[in-house]
Amino acid sequence: MSASRPKIDKADYYRGIRMAPYDLVKEIAIATIGVLVVVLILSAVLSSPDVPSATIQAWAKSDPVDFVTTAASELSSQSDVAQYGPPYTSGNGSVQSIGPIEPQVWAGVHVAVNAPLDFVLQPLSQSTVDDETLASALTTFNDASAAQQGKWLTAYNQALGSAKLVDTEVSVPGGDYGPVAVLMSRLLTLARSGGLDALLLTSDHFYQTDYSKPLLFLSDGGYFPGLAQVQDLTGSQWGMMNETGRYPGQAWLWLFTLWYQIPPFNAASNGDLLVVVMMTLLSVGLLLVPFIPGVRDIPRWIPVHKLIWREHYRNVQRGETK
Amino acid sequence: MRDKGWTAALRGRLDGRLPLEEVLPTRQPAFVGSWVYVFGVVTIAALVWVLVSGCVLAFMGSAWWHTSNLGHFFNSIHFWSVQMFFIFMVLHLWGQYWGAGWRDGRAKTWMVGVVLFLVSIVTAFTGYLIQQNFDSQWIAVNAKDAINATGLGGFFNVLNFGQMYGIHVMLFPIALTLLVVLHIVQVRSRGVVRPIGDPYAPASGESVSRGAPR
Repeated sequence: MSASRPKIDKADYYRGIRMAPYDLVKEIAIATIGVLVVVLILSAVLSSPDVPSATIQAWAKSDPVDFVTTAASELSSQSDVAQYGPPYTSGNGSVQSIGPIEPQVWAGVHVAVNAPLDFVLQPLSQSTVDDETLASALTTFNDASAAQQGKWLTAYNQALGSAKLVDTEVSVPGGDYGPVAVLMSRLLTLARSGGLDALLLTSDHFYQTDYSKPLLFLSDGGYFPGLAQVQDLTGSQWGMMNETGRYPGQAWLWLFTLWYQIPPFNAASNGDLLVVVMMTLLSVGLLLVPFIPGVRDIPRWIPVHKLIWREHYRNVQRGETK
Repeated sequence: MRDKGWTAALRGRLDGRLPLEEVLPTRQPAFVGSWVYVFGVVTIAALVWVLVSGCVLAFMGSAWWHTSNLGHFFNSIHFWSVQMFFIFMVLHLWGQYWGAGWRDGRAKTWMVGVVLFLVSIVTAFTGYLIQQNFDSQWIAVNAKDAINATGLGGFFNVLNFGQMYGIHVMLFPIALTLLVVLHIVQVRSRGVVRPIGDPYAPASGESVSRGAPR
């Protein structure tokens, strides 16, 4: 079948078909103006969504315990991002594969993230001016052995389970946390001031356009998904195709999002990769519809075309067309 | 004497495959009066306003629409144009499917149309990523896992605003526009397909490869 290039002379191809006057330019002009009018009305009446972005500052102010808990998990390399795997780290916490097929591992680390350093220690070390207590705490932590750091962090992470908010400070029961409590307290202060938002963006360049680190840090906490839940944007709420507010989102992603709602995709640890493979296969199938027996025959079996060319078939029946 | 050379060959090819009377026809088969043919035209009309509003937004800078009422209005035009573009494109796609528009040597036209559909989805996706609001943050954070799983996350980093901005305002619009031009040329050079059940029967009797439904 098909076919790319039989050269068909149009006069011959349309033999027996009634030809009619047709004004293409007029049709395009009317369509363009008509669409503009509808778009202008929709824009004027309904506007468009623009829920302000989440900031680390707002997170630290509205849910300090969650912020400190997340920061402590970054410092102890226990967070999702710290253990993610490629392209961020060499771990395997979020690596997906199908049998021996591991494209994520094969691609390797290209957006390197060192969670303790990037999210906690580096920003704090840039904030030690006039703060000898912080400078001393950083020196103590950095000079300690990995085992000692681990003990302090384990104790502190456990204590966070009974953390309370006292004024603006996160208070945990007494224990041997070494310098960790000071580090967390200073990081919270830095975040509340808005300084951490800026420091997570810094690199050795003046201009900044890469938001990988602040977004990854935000994504590790509970505050950010909580905001999404309110906006009906989480995965179980068909989130990827939704939009904030009562606006239409990327409805064209409905099939992509559908797979995440049903087994085995919604329960598989490699669900993302399975969905991508499924959508790739379906896209190739759509591309090759003209060549797939059965699929290409459906339009003949289910006569929607009788509706599309109703007038033509009626004329043929009346003997008017030919 | 007939001209020779690459230029003459290209001109001859263009002339042969797409003379002006085919690009801007004044007569078409009467069945083109069906409503289903409107969807292709209005899809292009919506794309025109997507591109116009996108150019204004790009010219004024990525933060303009958050701080200016006029900017927000242009963003609304962009937003609703995109919504209409997709609605019309999907209707056009379904119309072509149920009319088996790939018949009589039009498989490539169908395939370029499908590629256009897929490129449009990725273009819109990058647009959602560069809104610089909560929606773009959330989409980026969620989409990263699927893209990372394919191994492409390090090269197509949805968390990198600068990368997504360049791709959205330049690379994909250029690709999309070129594909639309190619698609229109394909449609105009071959003409619309005959209705199912009223097949083309060559006068010369030679066989014409087709594409299932007759």
